Amino acid sequence: MRYSAFSIFRNGLSGQKNWQRAWRAAEPKPTYDVIIVGGGGHGLSTAFYLAENHGIRNVAVLEKGYIGGGNVGRNTTVIRSNYLLDGNTQFYEFSVKLWEGLSQALNFNVMFSQRGQIVTAHSADQLDAFSHRANIMRLNGIDADILDRDEVRRLVPYLDFSDTARFPIHGAILQGRAGTARHDAVAWGYARAADGHGVDIIQNCEVTGFVRDGDRIVGVETSKGRIGAGKVGLAVAGHTSVLGRKAGLELPIESHVLQAFVTEPLKPLVDHVVAYGADHFYVSQSDKGGLVFGGNLDGYNSYAQRGNLGVVREVSEAAIALMPCISRVRLLRHWGGVMDMTPDASPIICPTPIDGLYLNGGWCYGGFKATPASGWCFAHTLATGTPHPLIAAYRLDRFRTGRTLDEAGVGPSAWLQ
Amino acid sequence: MLRIECPCCGPRDHDEFRYGGDASVARPAHDDPDPEAWYRYVYVRNNPAGPHREFWQHVSGCRQWLIVERDTRNHTIASVGFARKMTRKVPA
Ligand SMILES: Cc1cc2nc3c(=O)[nH]c(=O)nc-3n(C[C@H](O)[C@H](O)[C@H](O)COP(=O)(O)OP(=O)(O)OC[C@H]3O[C@@H](n4cnc5c(N)ncnc54)[C@H](O)[C@@H]3O)c2cc1C
Ligand SMILES: [Zn+2]
Repeated sequence: MRYSAFSIFRNGLSGQKNWQRAWRAAEPKPTYDVIIVGGGGHGLSTAFYLAENHGIRNVAVLEKGYIGGGNVGRNTTVIRSNYLLDGNTQFYEFSVKLWEGLSQALNFNVMFSQRGQIVTAHSADQLDAFSHRANIMRLNGIDADILDRDEVRRLVPYLDFSDTARFPIHGAILQGRAGTARHDAVAWGYARAADGHGVDIIQNCEVTGFVRDGDRIVGVETSKGRIGAGKVGLAVAGHTSVLGRKAGLELPIESHVLQAFVTEPLKPLVDHVVAYGADHFYVSQSDKGGLVFGGNLDGYNSYAQRGNLGVVREVSEAAIALMPCISRVRLLRHWGGVMDMTPDASPIICPTPIDGLYLNGGWCYGGFKATPASGWCFAHTLATGTPHPLIAAYRLDRFRTGRTLDEAGVGPSAWLQ
Repeated sequence: MLRIECPCCGPRDHDEFRYGGDASVARPAHDDPDPEAWYRYVYVRNNPAGPHREFWQHVSGCRQWLIVERDTRNHTIASVGFARKMTRKVPA
């Protein structure tokens, strides 16, 4: 069924009783051309682009829980392309361009809202560094603006511009095309569009091992039995090490918990995504009115998918230092997601040394914004056996060869990234 | 919140500690010319979903480096000891 204003009208007349399932509840076939492990944003978008761009439709996405139950449904949905390093800059901008046409491409409203992202600068040096970044962005054809203190104040007057501000605001960098999207809708939209192309989306199906023929991987063992595959692509977010080890891969990844927070609903206050340049805190306002925000990792290896109170306090302190006006707002919920942290905070998308096995992982803090480009490029890599040019820098052997992409420049401690 | 039983100071909130990562990695000898050994030391991590030996430093207490064995699935701590007594001697 194609969604349209007319279909909403027609279903309204029949009491909303005739909507069809958005995707089939598929049962596994004995074998597929490609199996994608992980039904998050990246797995589902990969399956969609395999079918849409490469005509490969005999594809299954195997998800151990339910679609959208992982980080794609837990993140704070910030989308931007203000990256500094070659390899990242072009890849993330390609992703923003795909976001701009995504609702049309999927016939599903992903509510991509280009409200702009403002990152505050708190010293002259920091504003210089932002100007450097803005220049690199502009040279790559990406929109970027440097704002002085008064311009920041005009756009976001609710930040602390008082004389007593702990870290006074000197200016900011603004990317006007950055924004947010509705995270569940991204998972559902890709799932529905992939299903429309014949992709089987199989939920409650955990991959527990790999089937080999000599050195080649030719299928997976799952909680629903053995399933054969021409190629297997991993897109399991925080669990790449667990599955990689089963396949015999040693990886430069640690799993860490990141938390997100939402407050009680408020009247419209925050029109942009605002990130605090003096600490780790960023905020946007959801359509329901809640302030959605996040900060740093909990900081030690964890698969527990729940966060600790220390970070709640740190993030709240940063929030109030930047926006004193929300000091009395109540926090409704906080939750955590398990993420692959790489030693340079950049992802890994590539064929692996193991025949038949392809890897899409290491997404760290920023994988939601990458969802369309990651799927696009991973599908290309799976279909052709060679990496898409936009992900050439995201190879697994970059750590061995010294070609890391360390945006933060903090060295190889994953939890400091 | 974790509570780490520092062998010097007693049970303390983990906010008093700094994390130091996987304690099972072994530093190659200083003159080891094999880049593969250094690659593994700097980058490769076992990252288990289960028991994990890891370094913590009690920065707001005795400032000792400790080795904590903790289950990464539920944060249960099985043991804590001084790192200097538990790490292998680095070859001279
Ligand atoms: C709190 C938080 C805030 C974030 N904020 C942002 C943000 O603002 N902007 C941004 O760009 N990024 C953000 N991210 C990062 C982003 O959410 C992730 O990088 C991205 O969603 C990861 O890819 P995914 O969607 O495929 O992951 P997931 O949705 O986690 O998908 C992986 C799936 O694999 C499944 N799986 C695991 N093991 C198996 C198995 N053995 N068999 C079958 N299936 C398996 C899991 O159940 C899961 O559904 C945030 C992350 C968190 C946790
Ligand atoms: Zn102590």
